[in-house]
Amino acid sequence: MNRPVDLLRLTVNGRDHALPVAPGRRLSEVLREDLGLRGTKVGCDAGDCGACTVLLDGAPVCACLTPVAQAAGRSLTTIEGLSGNKLSPLQQAFHAHGAAQCGICTPGMLMAATALLRASPHPTRAEAEAALGGVLCRCTGYGSIIDAVVGAPAPIAAGSGVGQPVARLDGIPKVAGTEVFGADVAPDDALSVRAIRSPHAAAGFAFGDIDGWIARQGGGLQVFTAADIPGENRFGVIPDCADQPALAETAVRFRGEAVALLAGAADRVEAAALGDFPVTWSPVPALVDARLAPGAPPLHAHRPGNLLIAGRVRTGDAEAALAASAHVAEAEVETGFVEHAYIEPEAGAAWLEGETLVIRACTQAPVLDRDSTARVLGLPPDRVRIIPTAAGGGFGAKLDLSVQPLVGLVALKTGRPARMVFTRSESMAASTKRHPGRMRGRIGIDAAGRVTGMTFDGDFDTGAYASWGPTVAVRVPVHASGPYRTPAYRAEARALHTNNPVAGAFRGFGVPQAAVLQETLYDDLALSAGIDRLEFRLRNALRDGDRSPCGQVLHGVGIAECLEALRPHWRRALAEAGAAPHRGVGVASCWYGCGNTGLPNPATVRVGITADGRLRLHQGATDIGQGANTVVTQLCAEALGLPAERFELIGPDTALTPDCGKTSASRQTYITGKAAMLAGAALRARILALANTGPDARLSLDGGRLRATDARGGREIALRDLPADANGYVLGAEERYDPPTGALDADGQGTPYAVYGYGAQMAEVAVDPELGTVRVLKMTAAHDLGRVVNPLLAEGQVRGGIAQGLGMALMEEYVPGVTENLHDYLIPTTGDMPEIEAIFVEKPDPEGPMGAKGLGEHVLIPTAPAILNAIRHACGARLTRLPALPHRVRAAIRDAEGAP
Amino acid sequence: MVAYYRPGRLSEALAMLADAPMTVAAGCTDLFPATERRALSGTVLDLTAIAGLRGIAATADGLRIGACTTWTDLLAADLPPAFDMLKQAAAEVGSVQIQNAGTVGGNLCNASPAADGVPCLLALDAEVELASAAGHRRMPLAGFLTGPRRTALTGGELLSAVHVPRAAMQGDSRFLKLGARRYLVISIAMVAARLSVDSGRIAEAAVAVGACSAVARRLPALEAVLRGAPAADAPRLVRPDLVAPALAPISDVRADAAYRHEAAAVLVRRALAGLIPAGVPA
Ligand SMILES: Cc1cc2nc3c(=O)[nH]c(=O)nc-3n(C[C@H](O)[C@H](O)[C@H](O)COP(=O)(O)OP(=O)(O)OC[C@H]3O[C@@H](n4cnc5c(N)ncnc54)[C@H](O)[C@@H]3O)c2cc1C
Ligand code: FES
Ligand code: FES
Repeated sequence: MNRPVDLLRLTVNGRDHALPVAPGRRLSEVLREDLGLRGTKVGCDAGDCGACTVLLDGAPVCACLTPVAQAAGRSLTTIEGLSGNKLSPLQQAFHAHGAAQCGICTPGMLMAATALLRASPHPTRAEAEAALGGVLCRCTGYGSIIDAVVGAPAPIAAGSGVGQPVARLDGIPKVAGTEVFGADVAPDDALSVRAIRSPHAAAGFAFGDIDGWIARQGGGLQVFTAADIPGENRFGVIPDCADQPALAETAVRFRGEAVALLAGAADRVEAAALGDFPVTWSPVPALVDARLAPGAPPLHAHRPGNLLIAGRVRTGDAEAALAASAHVAEAEVETGFVEHAYIEPEAGAAWLEGETLVIRACTQAPVLDRDSTARVLGLPPDRVRIIPTAAGGGFGAKLDLSVQPLVGLVALKTGRPARMVFTRSESMAASTKRHPGRMRGRIGIDAAGRVTGMTFDGDFDTGAYASWGPTVAVRVPVHASGPYRTPAYRAEARALHTNNPVAGAFRGFGVPQAAVLQETLYDDLALSAGIDRLEFRLRNALRDGDRSPCGQVLHGVGIAECLEALRPHWRRALAEAGAAPHRGVGVASCWYGCGNTGLPNPATVRVGITADGRLRLHQGATDIGQGANTVVTQLCAEALGLPAERFELIGPDTALTPDCGKTSASRQTYITGKAAMLAGAALRARILALANTGPDARLSLDGGRLRATDARGGREIALRDLPADANGYVLGAEERYDPPTGALDADGQGTPYAVYGYGAQMAEVAVDPELGTVRVLKMTAAHDLGRVVNPLLAEGQVRGGIAQGLGMALMEEYVPGVTENLHDYLIPTTGDMPEIEAIFVEKPDPEGPMGAKGLGEHVLIPTAPAILNAIRHACGARLTRLPALPHRVRAAIRDAEGAP
Repeated sequence: MVAYYRPGRLSEALAMLADAPMTVAAGCTDLFPATERRALSGTVLDLTAIAGLRGIAATADGLRIGACTTWTDLLAADLPPAFDMLKQAAAEVGSVQIQNAGTVGGNLCNASPAADGVPCLLALDAEVELASAAGHRRMPLAGFLTGPRRTALTGGELLSAVHVPRAAMQGDSRFLKLGARRYLVISIAMVAARLSVDSGRIAEAAVAVGACSAVARRLPALEAVLRGAPAADAPRLVRPDLVAPALAPISDVRADAAYRHEAAAVLVRRALAGLIPAGVPA
């Protein structure tokens, strides 16, 4: 083969193919685009994520790094080759262990694990970690994956009721490799869309001769700019603050902002010389330091001082309380941008169906996408239909629009289907980030070790556009006290614009940053008062009937129970750390209000039975891997009295499902779960009324036969004889639930949330004092869920949240223009995760469905402060800047040694 | 015209390379991450079908490692303890997937300051064999690496093999890598050390540090102090002034320069401590 080849011969999963492809093409592209084998995923195109792992003569390689010529004549196995009619035992184990959350890393994991198990059928955990070290997962924290690979026993569910460890109802496609993610939607003849993005953080720009450039590319391309946008070129998750153009108009405000779109056949777009696209940039000095924002020229004319918004909560006289305190601790802490680093870059496609623009893309907020896209494209909302694909991770950043208005614009303008897949660097540059915070705080205690007062001031860099900045500024002051009694309190948070990446929603909305400050100050206070650090927290923990700093009387408060659950572990760990050098233990707590802050955020759920006996749940909460499809169904099933596995799920689709709101703010189990529970109960009431049976009747639905049985006997309901409603159901119910909250006044007093969740985590670490490296040995996490709807999925949230918290503590920092890839931006690998022990506390919430509270964000909040406190316990190093990279830990150790 | 050549013989490859400039490709684990394109661009000369470039063989004067030998090949090879450090480095290159594709030759020609193979091969006194249509030449690895991403390769030339002289195949060796996470990590600093000990004394010492200068460096001043010293003293003899002058670390997102200096000395000390033969009194 020493000449350019015309037909390349590949043997994939035992089948031979002869393909007219360029020999230097990435194997991943050929598999996905030429052979349609889209089970192999692409997360980075750089070898960093391992999602594209395939077996070449049995050995795992990254398909994205393999020129297809090197695979020719060899035996190639992909995820599609793992199962015949039946899932392989490994795939079944992944399913049973909940090892696939979003599922985007699953094919790569399965391929790497398959190679390991062929060579070594009974691997140790360490061997499994090494074999899977090249595949990143952002959801699971790896524990469940390693469990599945080493053949640990899986939890066994007794039925599918609430409280059972039911395997994900939508899980089979994830382990089979057939799940459809954003990049897997490839309509025939779709135009490929690419964005031209700014290399500057702040610049004016003007286009030159675009037609001439297209002609030089040989034609077949179209270019769209802001001038082509038919509607209002402005979007944002908070309608009042919408300020971000889909395509910048005359100036860009951050590096990576899109200014134009290129559309055409995939090969034409790929070949286009983007380097000489006719755009002239006029860079201006960029505002990159939020400290300078108040004095700098405003990025948005109507926001003087670059202040997007400030939030405040005040109760009592904090200054006076501090002045009268026996001990006061004070600190300033700084955190950087953190990238969501989901393994699936943003992707999707759009096309026209008659008058309707249909968009299939990965998202966390379909209805918001519909309304925002419609506004940008000048369409009434009912002419846009959003059908979410599976989301390969979201964690907050897929709440904001990404590809939707861009593919929508191209489809609308050309009448042809349009498809766009962000590259990894594009995803990292264009998507939102966790807000960097510069926070100062003071907390006082009395002689008995009781907190007397606290002040908190936080400046958050919200980047170029509003996104979720307002939410962060409001949420932080509400939560900065932690779940502790704080009688006098003043907390202020500001969101400031800079020319940095847009900071938005990321698991916890600023609360994890604030917890770092508050929880490290609590260690200072416990030390100065001479009280055990866990007991100090217990002494101050909020209890039922206490008022929060917002003046809200709280019920179902489980923080003390969580801390108490940690106590035996704490004592063991302290003893062990005391017996070994450079070992430390730390603890930290969290609380977190579920749902929007003081604003309505309803969910509506529909359930129905068709004349032929199909039971359908219209479940509009996007499942981004956290398990809403399963948990919401379990709640509905329990209320209805039919098994969860009997339900057919009608997934989020703005044409088919009522609005369940955004998958954000840990609200879906609580809010959509409650709507589902109410809908299930309403349907049950109708059935019982029809059957004329008592309230504890048992229902059964078999082959179109619905029966209700009570002590008096069974009744069958003749479904076929009932008239169908407008939705096609002979029996149906639809319920809406909106949390009872109230707006906050100028001092932040009010009822921001109806339900809070609580938790406490303990970190055990070993520090290498000479190198400043930190190894987390174990995390013990006690969380109050009110009611554990599904322990398997809850544990998955705990492990995954801790992995992100560990990354934030030890390695993650996004630097625009520097870490726009997954080898400079580090997230934990298999080898970085400790053993995690999850403890669930059930202190029922009077408002939550069957007592349940949210969990998704809570789990991340205590992790970083617990680790920092453990580092300090191990070696005296007090970190005030995250992440605790080895050189920073080493410098802090030196400071501690030099301290008197 | 874009062409992709994948010849089966070295002579063919050299003839093609003499004809026109082209991108030499091996495992492509450095080439592909450098582009967002869906295919390698330009004219490509893929070396991976040339059997003679892959594999490890004893020669009259030492050992020859073919340029296209993968890290996985190295890990599977039966080699004397002087190569333990190279195997330890191989096991730390990226991930299993990267080790299955990435090659020793690619690692050297890519000439990253953080290339994990380089300190080990420096500490093995390796020479590179460069081939062109005009013939072969050999030069010390230290001379081949001329700067970050720069080598002594000239037009028409490719790296055909790495040679380790018999004299350097003595002793025990160790590689230590420091990064901010466990797998898939670019080194903040790494150290390769090889010691031959004779009756409790150090007969030969070779120590190299990577990721702390534009090109990985041997530490001749330290090696001179180590030679002849009691093996048990080796860790104690590592003083900052014997390590720092050879290095010129930068500050970047991974670590600052002062830290790299300090960490390099710590790693050297630990690597040497791990090489004190059992039974030698400390
Ligand atoms: C995710 C990831 C993790 C990595 N981790 C590490 C790591 O931990 N440590 C580390 O050191 N490296 C690491 N690398 C870099 C890379 O894998 C290694 O440097 C590897 O050895 C390169 O070999 P290759 O065959 O893939 O090189 P290629 O990509 O094929 O080539 C690299 C360069 O060398 C040239 N070249 C290759 N062979 C020859 C030859 N015989 N003659 C002349 N020129 C040649 C090519 O033209 C190109 O410029 C990593 C890479 C990835 C993608
Ligand atoms: S896509 Fe290949 S490693 Fe990420
Ligand atoms: S399940 Fe691994 S990335 Fe989502």
